[in-house]
Amino acid sequence: MANTPHITRRGLLRAAALVPVAGALAACATPQTQAPASSAAPAATSAANPLGVDAKKPLEVWIFDGGFGNAYATDIHQPLFKTKYPDAEIKHNVTKEITKVLQPRFAGGNPPDVIDNSGANAMDMGALAQDGQLQDLAPLLDAPSWDDPNVKVKDTLDPAVVEFGTYDGKFHVLGYVNYIHGIWYSQKTFRDNGWTVPKTWDEFIALCETIKKAGKMAPFTYAGKHPQYLYEPLLTMAAKIGGNEVLVNIDNLEDGAWSAEPVRQAAEAWAEVGAKYLMQGTAGLDHVQTQTAQNKNEVAMLPCGSWLENEQKTTTPEGFEYGMFPIPDFTASDKMPYGTLHTQPGESFIVPSRGANPQGGMEYLRAMLSKKAAGDFSELVSTVSVVKGAGEGRDLSPGAKSATEALAAAGANTVYYRWRSWYGQLHDEAVAATGQLMTGGVTPEKYVERLQKKADELKADSSIKKYKR
Amino acid sequence: MFNTYRRGLFILSFLAAPVTLYLVYVISPYMQAFYIAMTDWRGVTATPNFIGFDNFIRLFSDGIFWKAVTHNAALLVLLPLLTIVIALFFAFLLNVGREGQGVAGVAGSRFYRVVFFFPQVLAVTVVAVLFQQVFRPDDSGMLNAPLMAIGMDPVGFLSDPDIAFWSVLGVMVWQAVGFYVVLFSAGLASIPRDMFEAAQIDGAGRFSLFFRVTLPLLWDTVQVAWVYLGILALDVFAIVWVMTDQHGGPDFSTTVMATEIYRNAFQYFRFGYASALGVVMFFFTIGFAILSLRLSRRERIEY
Repeated sequence: MANTPHITRRGLLRAAALVPVAGALAACATPQTQAPASSAAPAATSAANPLGVDAKKPLEVWIFDGGFGNAYATDIHQPLFKTKYPDAEIKHNVTKEITKVLQPRFAGGNPPDVIDNSGANAMDMGALAQDGQLQDLAPLLDAPSWDDPNVKVKDTLDPAVVEFGTYDGKFHVLGYVNYIHGIWYSQKTFRDNGWTVPKTWDEFIALCETIKKAGKMAPFTYAGKHPQYLYEPLLTMAAKIGGNEVLVNIDNLEDGAWSAEPVRQAAEAWAEVGAKYLMQGTAGLDHVQTQTAQNKNEVAMLPCGSWLENEQKTTTPEGFEYGMFPIPDFTASDKMPYGTLHTQPGESFIVPSRGANPQGGMEYLRAMLSKKAAGDFSELVSTVSVVKGAGEGRDLSPGAKSATEALAAAGANTVYYRWRSWYGQLHDEAVAATGQLMTGGVTPEKYVERLQKKADELKADSSIKKYKR
Repeated sequence: MFNTYRRGLFILSFLAAPVTLYLVYVISPYMQAFYIAMTDWRGVTATPNFIGFDNFIRLFSDGIFWKAVTHNAALLVLLPLLTIVIALFFAFLLNVGREGQGVAGVAGSRFYRVVFFFPQVLAVTVVAVLFQQVFRPDDSGMLNAPLMAIGMDPVGFLSDPDIAFWSVLGVMVWQAVGFYVVLFSAGLASIPRDMFEAAQIDGAGRFSLFFRVTLPLLWDTVQVAWVYLGILALDVFAIVWVMTDQHGGPDFSTTVMATEIYRNAFQYFRFGYASALGVVMFFFTIGFAILSLRLSRRERIEY
């Protein structure tokens, strides 16, 4: 027995700890420094091939499977791309979880070639741009358009697209859809009840009062679980009262941008709606529930964007006739005229710079921006695209038609804001505060004070990248 | 030479696989989290910058995170307390609760035992989605429909910031109770029957049977339950993330540490900062574990 080797527990653990070779630890979450993909060398550019696409290289496409589905990619965009590059294999992928699926690919240095970075789980564009992960799309803007070699791609687009997709002076993100925000209603319901679209805030409040008295339905609702649906009309109204610079100041985190008088007035106006005219239970309902309530004629109006009609197509009754009207005039002395709209390019497509085929990715976007592709897209998903005139002569649904007309009437009077995607923390604070404003938890004064405080905090935080417009 | 190490190699061959897995999937991510916490990594860069303790300094003035900590602290006290009291009560009724002679559960206890375990079988996400419907603030809500039918205003179980936290607590207790009823039942089964019989012969009613016999003999099991529930309260995530409005709202009234970590990492893309929050949460959890093990040392009753 004396020869039995004696093993202490410690000795054993020590020995066991040495067994796994250090290499096993390489399976880890920290990023690996990698040489940039050897993809960069583009094929020679020519008039027929302005972006220098290698016609044989495969192309990996990821589409966000949201309100628009993904049939537009497989049935419209990819066949069009194939007509020019029959030898290029397109790897089509679909996901609802863009970040979870693709963020590791970026960290690992092998991102795909085209991404529809949209939806609630989209990747942070600012973070991607900051790290140089996004292809500079300037060559795409300057390339001749798919349809006409004499017209540049840039000139076929709504100018907001370029402004919106620019990070640190470089155009990185292509919004494909032109989201038009407004107050949505049923044209049929309004006609049947003899209600008319209000042009001023007093008329709007009077209309709410009329609807409330009629007792058939509630006057107004919004997606109470997601109060960003309500801070949208609030800010558009603030811009209407005080001019576009109200929103520019907010975006630029200027001192006192939120506590400015127009924002407070707009907050006060909407707080009144929150106190008097909301559908019962609004605060606890989400966008689908409130929009469905509208389809059932339980509520007359709600704020939304031009994706609404397509989103609701399965629950909308026959002859509902969606319509949209812009934010009414607050006073006669508003800085911006009646018809001012909040428009914003959405459904954001990006081309990763470190992918295998960034030239092919840009070419895919060029195909998407052809008049035919954009027009087919508008018709398929009843919405408005960013390609000028793509909806002309198309058979649009009532809601898309109404939004298109409102956009034409607004002319140059369109506004937008970008802080929502730049400063996620501020968005969450605004969501929380707007919910409180509408349920009476904070006064309009406290509301702007609270958001100003958050904006100041962000401004002072050196770890958060700042943007300017 | 070989003989000297034979036994060692034999044991080693069994331990190598689990220890490797543990090192790769548990220890190594922990260490990496500590490292990432000291960088400004945003999740996509290949080369994060080392910034020392900046993230930890920033964290001290993060009002929302500290709000989340107070919610975890409240859960830490209330969740074990409520769950254990209710579970003990049910376990007692199911096993020794019958009035009169003999030791048996109340009528129908076999049926109740199964019913109590139902919530435990459901995935947390399912429970969360289910309760969103239960709490709905209109006439489709299971709780609000009867209220509205008798002419009362609907209660914003999840939409009123003053109520939402209690709704979350309620759902967590609802889901946990079933498991602890089973745990305590098992504990009760290991207590010799004659103890109860002897107490009954001495004239103990249900009340003193519970406080004088059941509870002291179950104390060990209750301690285990307390530690488990405490850890559940500290790392609660899915219920809050899925069920509440705005993931921990409204107005951050239900947010907890884990949701703030997730929000910072996957919504704000501040992986470095989120890791720092994770490190703080790690120390809270470890601290709780040590504290509860220290405090719960008590004489064991032998039988």
